[in-house]
Amino acid sequence: MTFEDIRKKLKYFKVGIAGAGGLGSNCTASLVRAGVANLVVADFDVVTESNLNRQFYFADQVGMKKVVALRENLLRIHRNLEIQIIDKKLVPGDIPVLFADCHVVVEAFDDKAQKQMLIETLLEYFPHKPVVVGTGMAGWGENNRLKTVVYDNLYVCGDQQTEISLDCPPIGPRVAIVANMQANMVLELLLGKMDTHGDTIEQ
Amino acid sequence: MEILLNNRRESFDTEALTVSEVLALKKFTFRMLVVKINGELVKKEQYGSATIKHGDEVIILHLISGG
Repeated sequence: MTFEDIRKKLKYFKVGIAGAGGLGSNCTASLVRAGVANLVVADFDVVTESNLNRQFYFADQVGMKKVVALRENLLRIHRNLEIQIIDKKLVPGDIPVLFADCHVVVEAFDDKAQKQMLIETLLEYFPHKPVVVGTGMAGWGENNRLKTVVYDNLYVCGDQQTEISLDCPPIGPRVAIVANMQANMVLELLLGKMDTHGDTIEQ
Repeated sequence: MEILLNNRRESFDTEALTVSEVLALKKFTFRMLVVKINGELVKKEQYGSATIKHGDEVIILHLISGG
């Protein structure tokens, strides 16, 4: 597949991103660079100084709503991007509405309870929709413990072990690796396993 | 019975177990989980009643904060 073929195919798909922090902002940037041009991104948070160690924001964006800042940054990569931004802390009722027409959803929340809520709600409403989850990326080093494990339609990226804490904060490289593992998994799904109607192709 | 737990074969000495019993036997200490039996979501309030039988495919994903 040439890069032109890849772009052409990616035009048919819409990707949902739940969370625009370290995982969501970096994952979305990579997806847009690859040619994903139709996105819905949800986050309620504001860019802070402490986010700049790992998130795709800049010092002059501190204080901005993350989804607004992210849209601004993504449009600098791809001018004709179709991006719907949702500035809201998602509750279960939002999920079937926001992600109904997304071919893949990226779980990029920070808080484990929010992660669980999102995955359970997606499984309830769309049992077969692929969900690309990020879990376990705090700290530094140990590249080779980061992996992707497939459980049915859940594609789980990360080490599944290292939780963030004061002594084990999330830092740029490891967070961005997992964010890019998620983006790479989305590409694998969209370019390989799905036809252009978004139906899963049996392997 | 033999089941597939997170893509790995596991054997237990009984005919059936609830989700809660499997969590205890396998020493799952994480509290934020997503559980599926044969592709069907099992919610937290059903962990004590949902049963796992021979041949079932079970997924127990634990979630940790960070992102």
